[in-house]
Amino acid sequence: MALLEAKGMVGGYGGMDILNGVDLAVDAHEVVVIIGANGAGKSTAMKALFGLVALRAGQVSLGGKDITNAAPNDLVALGMGFVPQERNVFRTMTVRENLEMGAFLKPAAQTRVMEQVFGLFPVLKEKADQPAGELSGGQRQMVAVGRALMTEPKLLMLDEPTAGLSPLMMEQIFERIVAINKEGIGILLVEQNARQALAVAHRGYVLATGRNRFTGTAEALLGNPEIGQSFLGG
Amino acid sequence: MEALADFVNLYFLPGVAVGCIYALGAVGISLIFAILRFAHFAHGDVMTFGAYVAYSLVASLGWSVYLALPIAIIAAAFLGVAVDRLAYKPFRKSPGIIVVIASFGVMLVVRSLIQLIWGVDVLNYETGIRKPIELFGGFRIAQKHIIIILVSVIIAAGLHWFLSRSRMGKAMRAMSDDADLARISGIDTERVVRWTWLIGGGLAAAAGVFAGINSKLHPSVGWDLLLPLFAAAILGGIGKPYGAIVGGLAIGIAQEVATYPWIADMPLVPPAYKNAVAFFVMVCMLIWRPTGLFRGRVL
Amino acid sequence: MDQQFLGLFMYALSLATMFGIYGVLCLGLNLQWGFAGLFNAGIAGFFAVGAYTTAILTSPESPHYLGGFGWPPILAMPVAMLLSGLIAWPVGRICLGLKGDYLAMATIGISEIIRLVLKNEDWLANGTMGISTVPRPFESLGQPWGNVAFLAFVLVVMLIVYVALERAWISPWGRTMRAIRDNELAAAAIGKDVVRFRLEAFVIGAAVMGLGGALSAMYFKFIGASATEPLLTTFLVWVMLIIGGSGNNRGALLGAGLVWFIWSGTELLTNRLPAEWITRSSYMRALLIGVLLIVVLQRFAKGILPERPPRRIDR
Repeated sequence: MALLEAKGMVGGYGGMDILNGVDLAVDAHEVVVIIGANGAGKSTAMKALFGLVALRAGQVSLGGKDITNAAPNDLVALGMGFVPQERNVFRTMTVRENLEMGAFLKPAAQTRVMEQVFGLFPVLKEKADQPAGELSGGQRQMVAVGRALMTEPKLLMLDEPTAGLSPLMMEQIFERIVAINKEGIGILLVEQNARQALAVAHRGYVLATGRNRFTGTAEALLGNPEIGQSFLGG
Repeated sequence: MEALADFVNLYFLPGVAVGCIYALGAVGISLIFAILRFAHFAHGDVMTFGAYVAYSLVASLGWSVYLALPIAIIAAAFLGVAVDRLAYKPFRKSPGIIVVIASFGVMLVVRSLIQLIWGVDVLNYETGIRKPIELFGGFRIAQKHIIIILVSVIIAAGLHWFLSRSRMGKAMRAMSDDADLARISGIDTERVVRWTWLIGGGLAAAAGVFAGINSKLHPSVGWDLLLPLFAAAILGGIGKPYGAIVGGLAIGIAQEVATYPWIADMPLVPPAYKNAVAFFVMVCMLIWRPTGLFRGRVL
Repeated sequence: MDQQFLGLFMYALSLATMFGIYGVLCLGLNLQWGFAGLFNAGIAGFFAVGAYTTAILTSPESPHYLGGFGWPPILAMPVAMLLSGLIAWPVGRICLGLKGDYLAMATIGISEIIRLVLKNEDWLANGTMGISTVPRPFESLGQPWGNVAFLAFVLVVMLIVYVALERAWISPWGRTMRAIRDNELAAAAIGKDVVRFRLEAFVIGAAVMGLGGALSAMYFKFIGASATEPLLTTFLVWVMLIIGGSGNNRGALLGAGLVWFIWSGTELLTNRLPAEWITRSSYMRALLIGVLLIVVLQRFAKGILPERPPRRIDR
């Protein structure tokens, strides 16, 4: 049984459906990526998993437990971590304080997990006492990922973690994501940089107009010429 | 030298004491704005409530008002939480300005309850005049002013420790920085809101009791301070508690010092118009710098 | 006419006249809040400016304060409106580009300043003593017909304001106003001068409140510092509008009538209480009104007569 399973998700903002029936699944050991054109509903699908977009129909379960439309608070407690694309750090707080906020639900493990995060992103240790708003885009992304890791989640969801980053920084982030996955954390990614993302992923979903278009292993999707033309930039 | 001593004794030091009262009230207004994004118009009446709780202890048990202060703080802190639960909680997802209307209702309710319970007479915590304490070189300070200033400093230090060191204080800063992200991070935002009211209400009670000590106690003692409190919050940048402390001190000192006979023998601003000084500062800030003196940091 | 009937009749007249005055105030607030979404916490201030202006202009000459100038009341009313609007203008100019809370705080400020000036400047309006020689139109007709005629006058004024606001509501101006209220960014994006439209609604609304003040000064034939207390103006008018239904002029009038009826009706009830409770009765009424406001806001936020989009005009 998959760690996270979503079936037939229908929903959107203010009465307008963006998702018209999306299925998704992530296993504990997997890196799964959602790709698709702008407006296909990638980010909306991820937010719906995390209770940030209300679902009119469909079902989401985590480890067999129904979590459809559950509050983000409770999902964090159940072992989901979410890194939004924008506004994903507390800009006025230091890096250390950002990480502490991630550990709000699990203060006992705070010191230990923070050392792990510093091990994963050594630059954050150097900048621990700087306000997160003063960091570069890539470092902010690291703070955001680190913050989400502080609750020791079973599943980490990242909404376009490499948007606006330099190719070098993008590579670093992807490499760290693989490292996190090696620790036994399931990863769900939404990505514009589809080719690079598929290169580190096990499986992928291609969404179009709020529906599943293609599903398969990363290799299969990379090898499919139709996908190559429409979604991977040739 | 004597003129300087007079200025300090009669205008500046009383101004600092008034400034402390404003600071304690404005910090609560700013904290509530930072977390819940609305200007709390009933804050003055929470102050009044605290002041009357202290009065009850003074009048019925013969306590010193300073002994009654902690109890008043606790009572008003719980009033804040109760008011939030009953009146404001249903509006969490509404625009802030709707909550402001609700706070009008709270204002009516709290004030009329005070009038029903304690009546409308002007009251005093203690009668008689205490001799001011001689400092040096002709400088003097009233005992009540020393206590008001000292206790305010202690409270401000405690608040600073809370916001910069404690987990809940940091969560409060996180929520004021970005409430959505706080929720996503797993912070229990309703708990943060409760703490905000505990602190805001408690500080309001301290401000109310001090206002009663400084002059007299009557049912609109808090309402009368609402204008300078808002001016102080705006001066410091609304939503920034540290700014509110500076803003409160500045407005308090400005109001008292403005009544000094700077030109000729007449007070520059007649004492009856002290609140006009606060309004003037508020208007200037709104014209030139509505974000307050301190840019950048939200909390 | 027998005495008891006359007493009842006079009471009904006073109820109806107060309804008319509050109706005007409520319509003014509806223009600001219901149409434009502007929060005014200083109704008392604009009301007082209108009331005092009328008192100074119409009362006979007095050595104790400015004037009085002995003007006919009908001429004083436009001046009262003009002055209230003039005071609202700079406040609006400063605050209307900012978040709504700033306007709320600034209006508390301006009404406090107005209160201070009226209380302390004896030369202007006799300070705390107030002005007690304000003439009321038609009072020469005696009781009760003079009161009936004045009631008719108040109701006509209220109706004129109502019709004017109804027309404004369906006009392009009203439509723009609602567009700005509901989505400021979108309205600005299609080139509407958001601040100017808001300023117009705020100033005109304040002028209407000044008109309410003028009517009140005439009705009571007296105006004193207590008139600047916010309870009977700012708070009560807000409660009326929210309960009646903001964004709906009929709702504003219904709220004015209903809440005033409750307010003065409960006074009749509480007057039957034992003597030691009578002094406290007004606080119990204020408590009731406060609870009513919170409950209505939580449960029936749209009021009794909710806002409706205006009917389409078929070509």
